[in-house]
Amino acid sequence: MTAIRRTLAALSQYPSAVAGLAIITAMVLFSIYTVIAIPYSEAINLWRGGEGVWLENPRTAAPKWFNLFPGVNLPETITLGPAGESDDAAVHKERQVVSEEMTDVITTFSFEYTADDFPQEISLFLTSEHEQKRPLVSLTWLTPDGREIRIADVTVEGPVTVRFSQEEKLQRRLDGQRAEIALFADPASDEDDPRPLKGAYQLVAAGLVFEDDADVDARLVVYGQVYGLAGTDHLRRDLMLALMWGMPVALAFGLLAAVGTSVSTFIVAAIGAWFGGFVDAAIQRITEVNLILPVLPILIMIGLFYSRSIWVMLAALITLSVFSSGIKTSRAVFLQIKESPYFEAARAYGAGNFRIIFLYLIPRLIPTLVPGFVVAIPSFVFVEATLAVLNLGDPLLPTWGKVLSDARVNDALYQGNYYWVLEPAALLLISGLGFAMVGFALDRVFNPRLRDL
Amino acid sequence: MTDAALPLQPDAASAERPETQSTLARVVQYTGLRLVALFFTILIGVYLTILLANMGGYVDQIRKNYIREQVALSVGFNDEFKNMTSEERREHIEKLVALQEKRMGLDQPFLLRSFRFLLGAMTLDLGWADNMSSDSGSRMVRNIILERLPATLLLFASSFFMLFFVGIFVALYLSRNYGSRLDRVIIGLAPTSAAPSWFYGLFFILLFAALLGWFPFGGLVVAPPPESIVNYALSVLNHMVLPVTAIFFSAIFLGIYGQRTFFLIFSNEDYVDMARAKGLSDRVVERRYILRPTMPTIVTGLALSIIGLWFGSIVLETIFNWPGLGRLFYLASNIFETSVIVGSTVIYAYLLGITVFFLDIVYALLDPRVKVGGSPGGHV
Repeated sequence: MTAIRRTLAALSQYPSAVAGLAIITAMVLFSIYTVIAIPYSEAINLWRGGEGVWLENPRTAAPKWFNLFPGVNLPETITLGPAGESDDAAVHKERQVVSEEMTDVITTFSFEYTADDFPQEISLFLTSEHEQKRPLVSLTWLTPDGREIRIADVTVEGPVTVRFSQEEKLQRRLDGQRAEIALFADPASDEDDPRPLKGAYQLVAAGLVFEDDADVDARLVVYGQVYGLAGTDHLRRDLMLALMWGMPVALAFGLLAAVGTSVSTFIVAAIGAWFGGFVDAAIQRITEVNLILPVLPILIMIGLFYSRSIWVMLAALITLSVFSSGIKTSRAVFLQIKESPYFEAARAYGAGNFRIIFLYLIPRLIPTLVPGFVVAIPSFVFVEATLAVLNLGDPLLPTWGKVLSDARVNDALYQGNYYWVLEPAALLLISGLGFAMVGFALDRVFNPRLRDL
Repeated sequence: MTDAALPLQPDAASAERPETQSTLARVVQYTGLRLVALFFTILIGVYLTILLANMGGYVDQIRKNYIREQVALSVGFNDEFKNMTSEERREHIEKLVALQEKRMGLDQPFLLRSFRFLLGAMTLDLGWADNMSSDSGSRMVRNIILERLPATLLLFASSFFMLFFVGIFVALYLSRNYGSRLDRVIIGLAPTSAAPSWFYGLFFILLFAALLGWFPFGGLVVAPPPESIVNYALSVLNHMVLPVTAIFFSAIFLGIYGQRTFFLIFSNEDYVDMARAKGLSDRVVERRYILRPTMPTIVTGLALSIIGLWFGSIVLETIFNWPGLGRLFYLASNIFETSVIVGSTVIYAYLLGITVFFLDIVYALLDPRVKVGGSPGGHV
């Protein structure tokens, strides 16, 4: 414990190390929170759930804080109804008896539209309760300046989704203009560069039901262009989920890979240095072969032919890194301290080879292991991202690399969806910097030769 | 990684060597030995690759099934065989399949076949690709791969030289002005090298291609390629700026950090003080007494970082649409073009081997211990 306290005290001399430690602590806390708040199975279900789970989210929408930039006022998603379920005053539902057989179920959605841009899509989700005769719903759009636009007439059988931009008759009535633009456009604005008309809009869904206890329920979604803290991807998924879950995954992957690699390399180097002779020579030769092995291509082949699971990749990565060039440096130091008299003493009282290696040789040099190990963590975090960008990410887990990969495949940079790339990239960079800053400072603390430099 | 900056001691050249040999003979013997050793290491590496790529015979099973399907289809559609009984037809199919398998060598045991593959892989004689072809239209795996090699080499050679020269000059300058503000800024930037080159590539594309529009998003030349050679070269140069800068940026700060540290350590040696005391100019002291002894270490560190960059290239080239090996590898892995994947891996093994060999030669030329014939692994 005193050693750790001393190390921390030495680290506090370096402002970059303090910042790095703060970043790492924050990451660990946030990871713990994420794993508790969104359990593993739920995260996978949400991420793999497809469109059904995220039906009411806009596609590739920027994060909400985009609106904080000066001059940007993008619409948020407006979700209204169904009446009764949400005690929203904006949804008003009433029944009017028309005749003995017919009842009018009128749902009115009212909302204020204040954004400077048009919504992405408009959809109405209809459900009905009836026995034989299907209800007929006619939709009317009321603009702030009093215009009335007929949208469509729909017979409701089971759940029905009315996508305004796909209603052909409506499109013809709007002269081929996209519905979400034409319905919100200010008639006074230029036709080539339409501006939205701000004010109170209404959608009236008048459902004609032909049975006494039949009913129609409707839910209106006006998809905005911004969503949540992180925005959404091309499958309407909330990126926040992947950004949150990416953190524990990245930490676990980087930490396990760094521990596995550095510890195994260390042990192999110690064994080679202690036994010397044939064992040492064999280890040296294997290291040379290993240096020439193309690690990333081999990892890619493993991903292609065997398994893409992040844990298989981790195991393969550690296996390939056991005989890395780090062996040579560790071995040199081991050879130096091997001559210390206390090894002779240990041998004199009858300690076995492995007892000496694991209880005398290795503990002596653990401090030199720490900086390299901390510096190695971010490079392994980036290995995971690299594999994900090559479409070899874990098939189940949401990770930062997979978000980057999705963004790349969907040409996020060409289409101006910068947030999609910048968010995971910034997280990768911050976590990488955090570990690297601590590692570099540790290096100076443990290698006094560097301390003055 | 930190160990990239640390010395790698080649120890193939043994200490027991007759003292009478000339320097040239020693260097030749040293490099010759290394060449043989490297060849065998490449051989082992490629063999492992083949074992892995073949999934212990699984890929061959896929190919056998494919042959059977193709033969059955062609026999089924051929009118000549319409009158055969199903028994005869099956026999005929079996015969054709056996013939085809023999032609592709699939009837031999796997161990034998794997050595045949090894020979083929080492000479890049990997046959024809199923679904890929080179830009010139060849389906031969060797042509497909070799066609892509120059683009990759162009990218990496330019990055390497930039890293080498800029790194040394800046590191020397910093070691001279140790503790200055610039020194501290650059050393503070060293942790940025934790991110691979493609990662910075993304930022550069966003900044310089998408937002500012100064450079193209990717590719090798504009489409259609310019007619005149000068314009062609200029266009390639224009397309190279962003990827090369990304590689440069991802490695330079750590490189400078490592080199500066070595310069500082060596400039504290007694013989440097001695040289200064003699009244030699700073320039001479730097060149003869600091640069010279640190050179092997610096070259090693750089070459090791280049090895890391080779792999980074797979994603970097994919992101920049650079028509090199890395992008080829990516495309091949997307459509399971096994022969191209194996071929590219082999080429990467060769490139690594050549890098290491180049390193050894430089070492032999620079390190006086190799030249004089002392023990090169001096510290043990």
